[in-house]
Order: sequence, then structure tokens, then C-alpha cells
Amino acid sequence: MTTLAAVPRNAEGFLERVEDWDRDIAREIAREAGIPELSDRHWLVVNYMRDTYIATGSAPTIRTLGKESGVQVKELYALFPKGPAKLAAKIGGIPKPKGCI
Amino acid sequence: MRHILILGAGTAGTVIANRLSRRLRSQLRAGRVNITIVDPDPVHLYQPGLLFIPFGESFRERITKDRRPTLDRDVRYVASAITAMDPDSDTVTLADGTRLSYDLCIVATGARLVPEETEGMTGPGWRESVHEFYSLEGAERLGYALDCFVGGRVVVNVVEMPIKCPVAPLEFAFLADAYFTNCGIRDKVEIVYATPLDGAFTKPVAAKSLGHLLEEKGILLETEFNTGRIETRAAGAPADELDGRAGALVSWDERRIPFDLLVTVPVHKGAAFIATAAGLGDAMDFVMVNPRTLQSQRKPNIFALGDAANCPTSKAGSVAHFQAEVLEENVVRMLEGRALDAGFDGHANCFIETGHRKALLIDFNYDTEPLPGMFPYAWGPVPLLKESRLNHLGKLAFRHAYWNRLLPGRDFPGIDAKMKRSGKRMLQTQD
Ligand SMILES: Cc1cc2nc3c(=O)[nH]c(=O)nc-3n(C[C@H](O)[C@H](O)[C@H](O)COP(=O)(O)OP(=O)(O)OC[C@H]3O[C@@H](n4cnc5c(N)ncnc54)[C@H](O)[C@@H]3O)c2cc1C
Repeated sequence: MTTLAAVPRNAEGFLERVEDWDRDIAREIAREAGIPELSDRHWLVVNYMRDTYIATGSAPTIRTLGKESGVQVKELYALFPKGPAKLAAKIGGIPKPKGCI
Repeated sequence: MRHILILGAGTAGTVIANRLSRRLRSQLRAGRVNITIVDPDPVHLYQPGLLFIPFGESFRERITKDRRPTLDRDVRYVASAITAMDPDSDTVTLADGTRLSYDLCIVATGARLVPEETEGMTGPGWRESVHEFYSLEGAERLGYALDCFVGGRVVVNVVEMPIKCPVAPLEFAFLADAYFTNCGIRDKVEIVYATPLDGAFTKPVAAKSLGHLLEEKGILLETEFNTGRIETRAAGAPADELDGRAGALVSWDERRIPFDLLVTVPVHKGAAFIATAAGLGDAMDFVMVNPRTLQSQRKPNIFALGDAANCPTSKAGSVAHFQAEVLEENVVRMLEGRALDAGFDGHANCFIETGHRKALLIDFNYDTEPLPGMFPYAWGPVPLLKESRLNHLGKLAFRHAYWNRLLPGRDFPGIDAKMKRSGKRMLQTQD
């Protein structure tokens, strides 16, 4: 089992390499961000984020998440307080979404 | 005959039309190429000027001009809106049903405001206690509201990124601070800046400097505030929930910021016809392009620049100007069947008004964030990320330069499409 302490991360806590990720790492990042337990609904979003990133090279926006991940925007904010796209990306081990320029 | 069709004659469309017209002059006159540009609005609006309208420091006549004279004589101007685009048949449809075909199309239809996307925004308080300054009408209405404002809480808010000129709402907050100070009521006004970002700006070094400025000016910063809805009293919300104020901004995680006056920057999207041209746009209807060549990912004979393109840099007039240099080259190369130039580096620069006749300047690109130092202008270095009077004068002088140099598609001495690193103090992001 890999531990979070052993993998390189940037100043904001995002993994430097997508391939360092596994489900235990995800749980550790979640705990660090104040989510003690990842529910099925969390995993639905995290997996969707990660799959999209790997397939397209960029993370989906909140808007796309709300439309296509099967989880409505309102619930997204309940699951990932203070910015679902950013937090789900961090937990999913992918770079911070680019929508922020 | 090769048809070049440009959609939208704002900053980006006008600059590229004029540059191409000059570059292809002999071919245009010989009838081997033609350039058509389409835009429904017969008036060109200088958008950076909108910032000053609410404070009575500018007015409609100063920031608008007839569109036709801004376009080169050899460019054909069609005053209509595009309602549909079909990349497969290389045609666009206009509002009156006319179809135009093209060999090469440049999408420059900018970004549009979509206030309806946010629950409650266009409700009963719209343009009463809820305002925006990104349109001429909005900026003027906000001006009237500021004239009547005697005190209370002003909330400046960005709903969602990306927006045009990401520093404009910050500038508004700085200018509001100066305005209320000059009116002698600053002690009766609370200014709150609510942003979905985790700092005052997207890029860490600049966010730090700008955050300090907010602090100095007593502007409260509310970060990671993702606007879910706007409640206004008229909409029937109980008055106690609103603390007796005109309305409240409510985030998706149920944080509430009651306000007397809300100055919001609504959601931005690309033109509606991009949404219906399958494969052309992203989730926000911005055209998906190669960020270095500006060529559409959908079809090789389509390009996009300015706010309409989904390049990961700021949506700013300066960006449109830098992109136009690369795009001019690429259009010529495409007509000649040569490989494209991947020269656009994401370069953006902008003056940031900080109030009391001062401003600062930032300069950055895809790889380098805004850094302190000096900007190597031809007429002398200008401090970066630092307030100065010179920067304010630069910002004001820019209006003249916009109409007389930028729109006609002339280069600025000393300002290149590619960002210069000279004069900048290179810092680590973590500093
Ligand atoms: C308040 C404010 C302050 C700003 N300050 C600065 C600043 O200080 N510095 C800076 O560099 N930038 C600034 N900007 C940003 C700058 O104005 C824009 O980035 C720039 O105008 C982008 O140019 P564009 O041609 O892509 O879009 P626009 O200039 O918006 O032009 C788009 C054009 O497309 C037309 N159009 C739209 N839909 C259609 C359709 N369906 N069919 C045909 N035509 C259509 C529109 O009528 C419009 O003329 C500011 C913007 C705002 C709102």
C-alpha cells in the first residue's frame, strides 16, 4: 500500500503524477480535506472526474459534473464543501481544473 | 475566389479583419480573396471603458463608435446575427435566413452574459438592487444606483469563471472604495468581495499582492464562494433572513451574504450558435481550439480567437491582440497550404485600476504567472504588480491607443505577442 506522504504533491496538495494515485491515497486526501469517509456518491464523482481527465486531458467543470456525473450541483456542494470540482480533482489525483483563469 | 468569413466584429474580429485586409491587399483587390465580417450591432463598444461609467468618470459617447469606420474599406461588413453554423457544409445562417459559405472561418463572437443561469438573479431585484457593469445598459443603471446610495453593504461578486477581464470586478471594488471615500460616506459603507476562487486572483503571486490591497482598503474578502442563488426581498424571502436588507447572495453550501447593493458578474458563455454546432464548443460554448495555433479541434478550416476561444489564458482585449498576430500568420499559411505556426504563448497583460488615480500592471502567459519587476515598454519601464500613477495614466491612454492602434491592427512598439521575461523578478509560486 502506498501512503500519501511518499508521493510528490504540489503546493496546493494536488498529486504531481496521475499514476501515483490509488483508492487509499484518495481516502487519505479526503480525510485531510475534512471528509472522514468517502461514500458511493463521492466515488461516483471522483471516478467520473478521473475517467474524464484520463480520456480527454482536462477535468470536467462543475456544470458538466452536474449534468453528466449523475450527481446534481446542489448535492455536489454537500459532498465536497467549498468547491466540488477542485476537491474532487484533488481526491481523484488529477491536476486542478483549468476553469479558473 | 477564396472566402474568408469572420463572425463577430468586436475587438478580436476587427483586429484580425484589418490585419488580414492589409496583409492580403493585392489579392483582395485582384478579386482572388474576399473578407466578410458579420456583427448585428452597428456600434463598437470599448469595453474597458465600462468600468468607469458607474462612477460618472466616463459616458456612453466616449466609449462607443460607429462600427463601419473601424473596419478597413476592403472588408465587407454584414450587419446581422449568426443563428447557426454548420461546420460540415462550411456555412453559417444569418438571422434573416440567408446562408453564407466560407473557405475559412474565424469565430470571434466573444462571450455573452447569461444572468438567467443563476437562480433569482434576474428576479424582481434585477437592475434595482442587483446590478452588473459588463454591458452598457448595466453600467449606466449601476451609475444611477450609486448616485442614490447613502450607505450599507455593497457586495461585489463573481459567480463563475471564466469571465472577461478577471481583474475588472476587483478594480470595481477598489474604485468603489475610492468613490465612497470621495463622497465622504466610506465609513457608512461595507464592501465585500465574494469570489469562487481561493484568493483575490487566479494566479498565486498576483493574488497575494491584490489580497494585500483589499486589506489595506478595508474590503472584506470572501473566498471559495460559489453562488447558488440570489434572494431579493421582493421575491418574498422573509425579511429577517435578509437582515432587513435588499437581498442576499447564497452559496451552494448555504453561506449567506446579505446586501443592500449587489454588483455581480454573471455567468459567461460563448454565442448560442456554438452550442448547436456539434463538436465545436465546450460545456460553456467556447470554441475548442489548439491553444497555440488557434485552429478548431472540430475542423481545420475553422479558427477562433478572443473571448470566443477556450484558450486557458485570460479573456482580455490584450490577448485578442496578441492572438491576432499569430492567427494572421496562420490564415496566410493555410491559404498557401503551409504548416501552421504554433506561436501563441498565452500572453496577457492588463492594467489594474486601484483607485485614487493609481493602477498596477500585470503581464503573464501560459507558463509564467504575473510577476513583480518592470515592464519593458518602449517609452520607459513601468512597474509591475505595484501601484503607480504612471500605470493609471497608461490605462487612460489606452482608450486612444485602442481606437487608433489596436483596432486598425497596428503593432505597439515594444509590446510583442510573445511575453518578455526581461525585467521580471522570477519567483517561485510558493514565495
Ligand atoms: C468591464 C470590462 C472591462 C474590461 N477591461 C479590459 C482591460 O482593461 N483590458 C483588456 O485587455 N480587456 C478588458 N476587457 C475585456 C475585453 O473587452 C474583451 O476581452 C474583448 O473585447 C474581447 O474581444 P472579442 O472580440 O473576443 O469579444 P467582443 O469584443 O465582446 O466582441 C464580440 C462581438 O461579437 C458579436 N456577436 C456576438 N454574437 C454574435 C452572433 N451570434 N452573430 C454575430 N455577431 C455576434 C458582438 O456583437 C460583438 O461585437 C474588459 C471587459 C469588460 C466587460
